[in-house]
Amino acid sequence: MSIRNKYEEELTTVFNKLIAMCRTVEIAIEKSVNSLVHRDTELAGEVIKEDKNVDNLEHEIEQDCLKILLMEHPVASDFRDVSAALKMITDLERIADQAADISEITFQFGEESFIKEPFHIKEMAKLATGMVKDSVQSYINRDLELARSLDRRDDGVDNLFGKIKGELVELIKKDGRNADQAILFMMIAKYIERIADHAVNIGEWVEYAITGYHKIG
Amino acid sequence: MKDKKQTVKDNLDIFDFTSDIAVNIKSLNLYYGNFQALKEVSMELKKNEITAMIGPSGCGKSTLLKTLNRMNDLVDGCRIEGSITIGEKDIYAKDIDLSALRKNVGMVFQKPNPFPMSVYDNVAFAPRTFGIRKKAELDEIVETSLKRASIWDELKDRLNKSALGLSGGQQQRLCIARSLAAQPKILLMDEPTSALDPISTGKIEELMSELVKDLTIVIVTHNMQQATRIADRTAFFYLGELVEFADTQTLFTCPADKRTENYITGRFG
Repeated sequence: MSIRNKYEEELTTVFNKLIAMCRTVEIAIEKSVNSLVHRDTELAGEVIKEDKNVDNLEHEIEQDCLKILLMEHPVASDFRDVSAALKMITDLERIADQAADISEITFQFGEESFIKEPFHIKEMAKLATGMVKDSVQSYINRDLELARSLDRRDDGVDNLFGKIKGELVELIKKDGRNADQAILFMMIAKYIERIADHAVNIGEWVEYAITGYHKIG
Repeated sequence: MKDKKQTVKDNLDIFDFTSDIAVNIKSLNLYYGNFQALKEVSMELKKNEITAMIGPSGCGKSTLLKTLNRMNDLVDGCRIEGSITIGEKDIYAKDIDLSALRKNVGMVFQKPNPFPMSVYDNVAFAPRTFGIRKKAELDEIVETSLKRASIWDELKDRLNKSALGLSGGQQQRLCIARSLAAQPKILLMDEPTSALDPISTGKIEELMSELVKDLTIVIVTHNMQQATRIADRTAFFYLGELVEFADTQTLFTCPADKRTENYITGRFG
């Protein structure tokens, strides 16, 4: 029986806030890609505006974790849980920044029709969003297999990135006027590829929280 | 006359501390009558390291500390199996010189216990016992020991005052100086800061980090933050058993045994 009820409550608060932060980040990615696909600048504006909410959640969780470190002096798995949470929120915050970056690019497309429908970008975003969701889920459920699967799933995102890059190069070769949009699509694809990398980082911190081992690089 | 006294002192340096292992405990079982306080404890304590022993009250950590300079000999019904080698000598061998053992293995207790005499006489007590009489030599030992215990500047003008008038923190550092005056190779510390305020505790912890450059320290502590701050390696004891012994960072971030995890995270039972 635990004699650390207060600590358990504090950690549960952090868990709940992490779930909320993760959900907010997932929605930001979905909205940013939808704003691109549907050329919806109003939605894109929302993503940029709502990035502040993620920053606030990051700050709140950071404060909660620092308070736990100061007041509870956690050790062993408690220490790993809190340190992992502290590291994970940095990745989640970066992911939200990248969603906002995608929305900012959406504004740059203007009224011109797309040089190509962004099917693969949508597909990439779907994979990356699933990875972000599972990364935080693996932490909450202490699911080592799920955390470790992220590295493998990142290969799928990287393959799509390679595919998009190849298509964009072909479009530029075909007609130089495609270059402006191709560069914008390329940046978006790169942002999504980075989002997946951040999910892998989170998975590595989850592995640390569960096993004490942290993969370098 | 001088030569004779010097011989008395030299005869006490019977240990060989050239090896990296200062203390080697093998399959140690200790009984108080029918109660077994230590069960098959085996561990090697490395030279010039601070080893912390942690565990709930009654787990055997203080008992083990006392076996390292044979203070349990005085306890009725205390029986020991296994071996403890210090400085290449089996300290439970029949021919071991207990004075030599206790000169080399000093002890600092939980509650400061200065003798009811002057600061100077407290520190000079051990060297006098070992036969040193010359004032100049004693003066030097007293000054060096107080300096090593980081208390010389505070006490140099009060050497002839009673040690009982010092603050708790000063008394404890004086007791450390008194132990150091015997030039021990190993210092045993049984919860040395549990009765002290945070500033005195900090001074003693800092002092330990300095002293360990020249000797080996074994500390029993209930303060786990203290163990994480100062110990190179930490041993967790439970019900007389050495459950886990690892470098301190590993033990406190990723303990291998569930019992260690439960104890250090406060989820015991």
